[in-house]
Amino acid sequence: MSKTINNDEEVKIGIYICDCGINIAGVIDTTTLTEYAKTLPNVSLAKEYTFMCSSIGQEMIKEDINEGLINRVVVAACSPRMHEPTFRTVVREAGLNEFLFEQANIREHASWVNLDDSEGALKIAKDHVRMAVAKLNELKPLEVELVKVEPTCLIIGAGIAGMYASLDLAQEGYDVYLVEKEPTIGGHMAQLDKTFPTMDCSACILTPKMVDVEREEKIHLMTYSEVDNVDGYVGNFDVTIKKKPHYIDQEACTGCGACAIECPVICGNEFELGIGTRKAAYIPFPQAIPGKYTIDMTKCIKCGICASPDVCEPDAIRLDQKPEYIDVKVGTIIAATGWDLYDPTELKQYGYGKYPNVITGFEMERLLSSYGPLEGKPVRPSDLKPPHVLGFLQCVGSRDFRPGKNKYCSRVCCMYATKQARQYKEKHPEASVYIFYTDIRAFGKGYEEFYESAGENFNIKFIRGRIGELYENKDHSLIVRAEDTFLQKQIEIKLDMLVLSCGLEPRHDSDQIASLLTIQKSSDGFFMEAHPKLRPVDTLTSGIFIAGVAQGPKDIPDTVAQAKGAASSAATLMAMGEFAIEPYYSIVLEQKCSGCKSCQSLCPFNAISFDVIKNIAVINKALCKGCGTCAAACPSDAIVQNHFSDDQIFAMINTAIPPLAKTENGGK
Amino acid sequence: MAEVKEDFDPYILGICCNWCTYAGADQAGTSRMQRPANLRILRVMCGGRMEPLMVIQALKNGADGVLVSHCHVGDCHYVEGNLKTFRKMPLFLKMLEQFGVNPKRVKYTQVSASEGAELTEIVKEFVKELKEIGPNPLRMEE
Repeated sequence: MSKTINNDEEVKIGIYICDCGINIAGVIDTTTLTEYAKTLPNVSLAKEYTFMCSSIGQEMIKEDINEGLINRVVVAACSPRMHEPTFRTVVREAGLNEFLFEQANIREHASWVNLDDSEGALKIAKDHVRMAVAKLNELKPLEVELVKVEPTCLIIGAGIAGMYASLDLAQEGYDVYLVEKEPTIGGHMAQLDKTFPTMDCSACILTPKMVDVEREEKIHLMTYSEVDNVDGYVGNFDVTIKKKPHYIDQEACTGCGACAIECPVICGNEFELGIGTRKAAYIPFPQAIPGKYTIDMTKCIKCGICASPDVCEPDAIRLDQKPEYIDVKVGTIIAATGWDLYDPTELKQYGYGKYPNVITGFEMERLLSSYGPLEGKPVRPSDLKPPHVLGFLQCVGSRDFRPGKNKYCSRVCCMYATKQARQYKEKHPEASVYIFYTDIRAFGKGYEEFYESAGENFNIKFIRGRIGELYENKDHSLIVRAEDTFLQKQIEIKLDMLVLSCGLEPRHDSDQIASLLTIQKSSDGFFMEAHPKLRPVDTLTSGIFIAGVAQGPKDIPDTVAQAKGAASSAATLMAMGEFAIEPYYSIVLEQKCSGCKSCQSLCPFNAISFDVIKNIAVINKALCKGCGTCAAACPSDAIVQNHFSDDQIFAMINTAIPPLAKTENGGK
Repeated sequence: MAEVKEDFDPYILGICCNWCTYAGADQAGTSRMQRPANLRILRVMCGGRMEPLMVIQALKNGADGVLVSHCHVGDCHYVEGNLKTFRKMPLFLKMLEQFGVNPKRVKYTQVSASEGAELTEIVKEFVKELKEIGPNPLRMEE
């Protein structure tokens, strides 16, 4: 007896087995699988083809639907997370409801994980196809829900990535809320002196863009602010932004700096990595945008000098300012939250924090900077004299395969060390500069040439070998021992100063951002892209994109390229104006609901309300995101989750386990 | 009981959430991480959708083991759907024991979308454990 759909039409299932070249057929005997598929209930036909996702494969399905041979489709191929949208479109274009389709995963979950076990992979493939057919027999047509996409984007982080994404979107006509934690935009790039390989002055190329961001009308700049909460879904995110108190009225402040001149509190300047000083009333650096002052309440002694009318003429000081919470509605979100520098203190063998003349590459950047604390004349910290022998050690906090360490390559350190070495040689041609490296990775455009030139024209000595031993002399110079792995020889060099080329790490607070946005992180701790090659700026959460080092270590050109990519992806979504969401919401069967309210407290999205008159639960399908938690919990089985109903799931469970074969060795 | 039955090929049904463990299994596949051919995965959108009855039904139908797996606590795509299962599972495993079912037949884990390697290890371990426990006596014969 055949199963029927609502209009009493007979269920006719078509099964399409994809060879995926040799990806599937190289392991699984697809001919046997096709023959097996034909024996399953309500299956009208089963076919095999090399690439089902190709246009020929897609046409095969369409033709069979159009000729009335089938009215439901199973494709046994890759993961539904890869091609479910492709085949749903095919089914829809052939005039069938796109939810009368099921994909059986026989590649990622069968052939690829059992390359040497054809029999085992075939067994799993059969089970997956049988489960798909069982579900398909129970599937019901569903209507896609279209939601409006608000033409506004939230961008978290105003470093070079966030700035470029904002500018692109603003110029395309979208409103942008650009949220930055620090009192200024610019991010880490503002702290760099020059950029490899062109030796552009970082500030010269960055600060004009910072001004553009401030001037652009469509960009609503929110510095010294944090994203406090994110609710809603693609196209309709409700975001709460916390504006931290500046203790200075930003509208009234003219940026004259009188408060900072008069402020009696002197403390370390974070922008200068503690090498320079600032006051409690401060601006991070002279070109900061917006150029308004902030009072650091953790340092302020509340003397009130700045508040006196003689000091602050516009009367902008507000020592009792409270945080402000602002609600905005946005359609898309780009997370460009950046990175932290690896802290080498834990690597005791290099003596960072113990020996004064061991510094990080980022500190070196500030020492070399013409607008840094030393005005571009680097000296060693112990005696404030320029070092004659300078060493750089690569891969500090990168490419370390010990448990709990960063296994990845940070990609920028080889080049920044070479650049800094060259900068130092330009200033002190008489000095000797050594770079101790693992491998030189000069991967970008013009990078290899830059590296070659550093050795050839600047006489920088590259030694292939990590430093094994380091100790300090009485005069604070350093003795380092390493193995030159090319010469296979132990070497010992006396250095005046050692720079640790530290790698990049995910921001310490990236966990909070990830859970706020419900996006995933890869095992290295950076935000995870939806597909490593084909969807590099998307996340698994629709409407949320990632850019810059937040996704993985990269240099400035790659960061800008990715930021522009993320902006383009967000713009595409907003230009469409509507987004189809999967109608996996749950519904309440009125007759079955006993009004126990168990479901109400379980819903993470407050989508379930209670109808007091009918004494039943009511689900708002616009708020429901389709997790099915309520359906699992309902003691009366009164809640049905679309596309994942009990009928469908239990049908799969009931056919999943084949009886043990006596003759065949399938069951063994 | 502890005797390992090498010729026994355990049937494992996985009930996994779309966003983490299913994606992690995809990642294991994409990275060609080899594991014994014992796991079939039934996809639900969220770990919160898992009902104890689903596990019971699978065991009744003869599954030698059931793997329930979802996002790590705090990583749930639906904010806290996985927490509901996180609270349900210890009670459920205790109940299974009281029913006379070896609770080791049900493995409960959290595997993220980037933890294909972890999933591979979990499956290897589970297969080993199930070989020690032996076949599910409820499995039908042809």
